Amino acid sequence: MGGSLLEQLPLFLSYSNVSFLAQAFGVTVALSIVGCVVGYTVGALLAFIRNRHVVDVLPARFLSVGFSETFRRVPFLVKLMVVFFAFEVVGMRVSMFTVTATTVALAAAAFSAEIMRAGLEALPESQWDAAESMNMGGVMSLRLWALPQSWKVILSPALSFTVGLIKSTSIASQISVFELTYAAKVLNERGFSPVLSFGSLLVLYFLICYPLNLYARRLERQLERPRGWKSGAPLLAESEAA
Amino acid sequence: MHYLEIDRFTASYDGKEQVLVDVSIQIAKGEIISLIGPSGSGKSSLLRGLMGLLVPQSGEVMLDGEKVDYTNRKSVKALRERLAIVFQQYNLFQNMDALRNVTVAPVKIRKRNAREVEEEATALLRKVGLGDKLHAYPDELSGGQQQRVAIARALALKPDILLLDEVTSALDPELVSEVLDAIRILAAEGMTMLMVSHEMALVREISTRVVMMDRGRVIEEGSADRIFDNPRTRRCQAFVGKILSH
Repeated sequence: MGGSLLEQLPLFLSYSNVSFLAQAFGVTVALSIVGCVVGYTVGALLAFIRNRHVVDVLPARFLSVGFSETFRRVPFLVKLMVVFFAFEVVGMRVSMFTVTATTVALAAAAFSAEIMRAGLEALPESQWDAAESMNMGGVMSLRLWALPQSWKVILSPALSFTVGLIKSTSIASQISVFELTYAAKVLNERGFSPVLSFGSLLVLYFLICYPLNLYARRLERQLERPRGWKSGAPLLAESEAA
Repeated sequence: MHYLEIDRFTASYDGKEQVLVDVSIQIAKGEIISLIGPSGSGKSSLLRGLMGLLVPQSGEVMLDGEKVDYTNRKSVKALRERLAIVFQQYNLFQNMDALRNVTVAPVKIRKRNAREVEEEATALLRKVGLGDKLHAYPDELSGGQQQRVAIARALALKPDILLLDEVTSALDPELVSEVLDAIRILAAEGMTMLMVSHEMALVREISTRVVMMDRGRVIEEGSADRIFDNPRTRRCQAFVGKILSH
């Protein structure tokens, strides 16, 4: 396809192209959401297992450390290949979307476990002693005071990591997953200028990532001082409901 | 019979280096025992050891005639229902206001009625002079006020014995008296206490017995007057001489 950028623009913005990019945008968002929800859940569990105040089982702690340390050190593309071949080895025929979402989840789990570990370890050890001496168990401690206090340490790096992870999903284009980068390559191959094809990619990634960055900054300000456990009505309501 | 009997209790932080060696102390109900001694002598470690926060190696602790098995969660849990500790660094939960800090354990752990606990907690906070700070967060309180919240928090658990671990050591001098006054009120009410303190005037004033520790061992024990006026061991003489000369 020839012509200047201005000449190509109307055709590039045709309904079929926009819908093509929108679908790819949806896949990128879906990959990120599914991967992050599963990954962060697993990551949180791994971080809790690693905390001796919560789970005092040494083999479980080793397992958690091993998982996190291994998968944090492996590049996203290698993780993608490992997952791809792992599904093949166990004889599961899954879509490339599943392979990528699993990889995103694996990366999110490994990194978020480390971020949450650091957040929990930032709390003074003496608060754990106080909780323990009152017979407050690890899980209750997490819920009542440890997580509410450590969010301010956890959330900001977690959101920054999430932005990085969303960008990493572009590597899935290597195994022909129909996500944003793959779509931009296809449009480029159809003859559209790289400025339009990859420029639109830049705008769309910005649309996903920038609000997350803004949200991270807002949270940082909000979580400066841990609040929200004023006594009174909620406590009474909880007890009466029980 | 003594309510709490510590018999040749030996413990460590990591299972290796002993911080308590053959410590034996008996405490009857209503007694106030003060632990004195130089830094690193094992006073705080003894309180932590009693609460099951150290690794016990040998010896025996009997509470109300029953042996405490520190390797058994149930036994330690039962012990912690009857003993409460106030730490040097207050250790309040920073995300909870003063009232919530005091009510959280009775409501969430002991499963007591929240309305009833809140009434008691409010009364306790008033007793320690914080009736106007019920909804203040720890970072809005001075060190002395935080320590008084910590004392109210321990009292809300209705312990049989209150352990106080250098509760004034982390405070600015002008804040010490407000915490000491709170302890005096408890002493006057007959609260059984085992306390570590460097406030020798308070120790002398309220203690029924004073225990001098050094290098993880009990080296002398007696009434406050006897320990301060007529210490028998050379180590105790040196320590008492030094602190009284200040």
